[in-house]
Amino acid sequence: MRHVISVLVQDHPRVLNRITSLFARRGFNLESLAVGTTHQPGLSRISLVVSGDDRTLEQVEKQLNRLIEVLKVTDHSEPHVERELCLVKVHVAGVEERLAVKDIQEAFRARVVDVAQKTLILELTGDSRKIDSFVEALRPYGILEVMRTGAVAMSRGERTLKVRERREVV
Amino acid sequence: MKGAEALLKALEREGVEVIFGHPGGAIMPTYDALYDSPIRHILVRHEQGGVHAATGYARASGRVGVVMATSGPGALNLVTGLADAFMDSTPVVAITGNVPRALIGTDAFQEADVTGVTMPITKHNYLVQDANDIPRVVKEAFHIAATGRPGPVLIDIPKDVQLAEFTGSFEAELDLPGYKPTTKGHPKQVERALEALEKAERPILMVGGGAQHAHGELLAFAEKTGLPVITTLMGLGAFPGNHPLWLGMPGMHGTVAANRAIHHADVILAIGLRFDDRVTGKVSRFAPHAHTIIHVDIDPAEIGKVVRTHIPIVGDARLVLKEMLKGARPLKLATWWRELEEWRTRHPLRWKPKPHLQSQEVIRAFFEATGGHAIVTTGVGQHQMFAAQFFPVTRPRSFLTSGGLGTMGVGLPFAIGAKVARPEELVLDFDGDGSFQMTLQELATLVKYKLDVKVVILNNGYLGMVRQWQDLFHAKRYSEVYLADSNPDFARLAEAYGIRGIRVERKEDLRKGVEAVLHADGPVVAEFKVYHEEGVFPMIPAGGAAEDMILENPAEREEVEA
Ligand SMILES: Cc1ncc(C[n+]2csc(CCOP(=O)(O)OP(=O)(O)O)c2C)c(N)n1
Repeated sequence: MRHVISVLVQDHPRVLNRITSLFARRGFNLESLAVGTTHQPGLSRISLVVSGDDRTLEQVEKQLNRLIEVLKVTDHSEPHVERELCLVKVHVAGVEERLAVKDIQEAFRARVVDVAQKTLILELTGDSRKIDSFVEALRPYGILEVMRTGAVAMSRGERTLKVRERREVV
Repeated sequence: MKGAEALLKALEREGVEVIFGHPGGAIMPTYDALYDSPIRHILVRHEQGGVHAATGYARASGRVGVVMATSGPGALNLVTGLADAFMDSTPVVAITGNVPRALIGTDAFQEADVTGVTMPITKHNYLVQDANDIPRVVKEAFHIAATGRPGPVLIDIPKDVQLAEFTGSFEAELDLPGYKPTTKGHPKQVERALEALEKAERPILMVGGGAQHAHGELLAFAEKTGLPVITTLMGLGAFPGNHPLWLGMPGMHGTVAANRAIHHADVILAIGLRFDDRVTGKVSRFAPHAHTIIHVDIDPAEIGKVVRTHIPIVGDARLVLKEMLKGARPLKLATWWRELEEWRTRHPLRWKPKPHLQSQEVIRAFFEATGGHAIVTTGVGQHQMFAAQFFPVTRPRSFLTSGGLGTMGVGLPFAIGAKVARPEELVLDFDGDGSFQMTLQELATLVKYKLDVKVVILNNGYLGMVRQWQDLFHAKRYSEVYLADSNPDFARLAEAYGIRGIRVERKEDLRKGVEAVLHADGPVVAEFKVYHEEGVFPMIPAGGAAEDMILENPAEREEVEA
């Protein structure tokens, strides 16, 4: 089963290293990882896509929680929003291809972010499945590059991954 | 004040009295400061000896052991010992020097990414970038090492940070918002656990190294309920080895009674243990009749990691037992005890006597001569298992062995650490000829600090445990396990270090030899030349289950039958 997990960490040097080293050492299957800062100074948020059975997932969560710099871990089994950003550079040989690619672009509500004589860069955000289909749709036209960020996720509604009270990080 | 002085001050404030270590370029400012510090330093001959000694110190005393080393090669020599302390949840703080900050990442002389290397084998580690952080980092390191599930923490300090002017405060606060170990067990779960035990017909209490500090509560709880007690290798001594409720050690070389008890148990109360595969054997066949497994552990990640747990209790073994004790009542276990008693009397630990001197009888002789009153350390191999079987220690923190990592060579340095921690105790290292040779240079440490450690080498001329597996599972193809053709004369080796050397070769000299070791003034290295093809039994083959237990050496059984 595919799971999206959010992890709130102190943004110390090497904290990402600790997390990936944990996945490597314990043989957990990490499909993607996306990291960025939060609105709380000193804290970063990591989104992980992991696959495994319930027992493995339980261990993933528990082992992550053992890391000193990890503040919170959530497995997004509840209703949540999931997004991934993807950039695709496609080869467009002639007008016909250009029109066909434009159709796909519109169907997926993607944006064209770079136009050159023989190439286009398209940008799309959406859940990972939508991006999979987008890439598949473009494949016949000669994909030159695909860049995906990996999924990020957030619970719907009131639920948050905030830490309540926090001292300043020295 | 320099960073180095601040470091030592901070260590002093943590109550550190002794550091095991070995100097070098990148840690020299700290060694310079040590010259004026009240903290005692024990100079070892190899950093691995240092970290094992710090581990032995921690295990024998219950306090944090401290080891110090230089950058690169010095720090990397700590790796095995840190992994060992990590696997056996021992509180150790390692301090390493590193190259100056400006050189980090340039492949400088004696540079290694030590925080990177030790990440998976430490509970946490630090690379200190600012001298003013030193007091906070030291405080956090000791807090992390000693609380929750204990473990090793490494502090790597670049040389220029040690030399930098310290202008900070020692009243630093911990900054660990993500670290809050749960120590008190959930009352509801404690209640459920007691209920399950009340209803049980064949309950057992299994105890691991995580209960060493809970020995008082454990004894009271077991005596109150009348539960049969099994202690793992790491749990030896947490419950007295001479107590009528004790069934012995479980697992690969455990007692018949302990393993059968697990096999037939309906309710298992497991405290401070992690269901290592040497204990469970094949997990799918472990404790097949147990409908309720209660697991008490301070580390939530241990619960459900290996076996299915029905009643999880996250908490400190001592606090949880204290709570359980309040509601504990005598259980009606007469029928169960009759069964256990039968297994225990029919299958005691024993060995088949041979004309040659045997490891088991040597260990037994020491047990009898000391009344079991000693701190025992071991290497790894057959002698380790024989020591566990035939020297059933009666007090906590008195059987120091490498359980999780199975590290050959820990015997002598563990003994050094134990003797430094508890100088009034008799410290006996039962070692193998193979294991001893992995760290024997620490004999020099015994000499230098006049540490009265008695090293007993059970010399079978082989890497015995490997040879035993070759016997049983590789058709006696003894590939690269023979040592006797190249072993030193251990007694003379000891004498070369200025230590008394003793050698015993014959059965009839055993008593005299044991007396000579125990009555010697100061350290001794005693070599007992034991039967070279002994096997450790009972044995459950790796990946087997209780029912697959081999009670005695199959080769010897054939001999008798033929
Ligand atoms: C550092 C290390 N290397 C290798 C092993 C594998 N190993 C386990 S037991 C053993 C043999 C130990 O021989 P010895 O110390 O002479 O003890 P004996 O089994 O003969 O009592 C070996 C090689 C180990 N446990 N540790």
